[in-house]
Amino acid sequence: MAISFHNSVGIFESALKLRAARAEILAGNLANADTPGYQARDFNFSEALKNQMGPQDSGDALKLTQTNHQDGVNSFGENGMHVEFRTPTQPSLDGNTVEEQVEHAEFMQNSLEYQTSFTLLNGRFRNLMAAIKGE
Amino acid sequence: MGLTTIFDIAGSGMNAQSLRLNTTASNIANADTASSSADKTYRGRHPVFAASFPQMLGHPENANTLDNPPESLGVEVKGIVESDAPLQPRYEPENPLADDQGYVYYPNVNVVEEMTNMISASRSYQVNVEVANAAKQMVQKILTLGQ
Repeated sequence: MAISFHNSVGIFESALKLRAARAEILAGNLANADTPGYQARDFNFSEALKNQMGPQDSGDALKLTQTNHQDGVNSFGENGMHVEFRTPTQPSLDGNTVEEQVEHAEFMQNSLEYQTSFTLLNGRFRNLMAAIKGE
Repeated sequence: MGLTTIFDIAGSGMNAQSLRLNTTASNIANADTASSSADKTYRGRHPVFAASFPQMLGHPENANTLDNPPESLGVEVKGIVESDAPLQPRYEPENPLADDQGYVYYPNVNVVEEMTNMISASRSYQVNVEVANAAKQMVQKILTLGQ
């Protein structure tokens, strides 16, 4: 029985990558907290993770039979991320939709979840090492 | 893409905010700089911020190589503009700088506005420092993978 690297590492590698990408987007929001007209952006993490783990071919997904068909709900960017603009809870005079407290909280939560994913991924590697060494 | 881009983004934010703090300091320092003509009077300076691609920060020649713009954006300072608000002429005939009619011109700097600008800029600077610190921890953590 061969050890499947992909199966043993599982979901955590994708999760870690997406957490890093999300940290980057949130950092951009925080840096632009005072830029007039800037619109805060973010993506739906669980949706992106689902897309990155490969399409679950349940048969009800939209199929493209012509090249000039619009791909509708399948239009996801790199890494399965679908970046959207955040809806602000309060309007601002200069059109900026960054709410610093919201972005800050999201950023901190994201970096904690990054550490969680890392710890779990590291655990998988430990298990593999234990299996290889046979100790 | 990648965690190291966060350093560029947070760095651009710190850069922009420190420039804003600089103009604020200059405005407050010159709030009472009188002069004898309207042309020579100090005018309040304010930076103009704009979102920019992190690959372009400090490398404007990369602008044409971007086929698909990235999701995350840094911030750049487009320039510094002088305020158009009216100056404050004051009748001070005893002032050595007074003109023929006895008027001196004071800058159009609103000190209260500048103080709030200062607080906002230093808070935003702190946020960017925190972001860079968090990114540093994330990078350090990933280096310990498999240990």
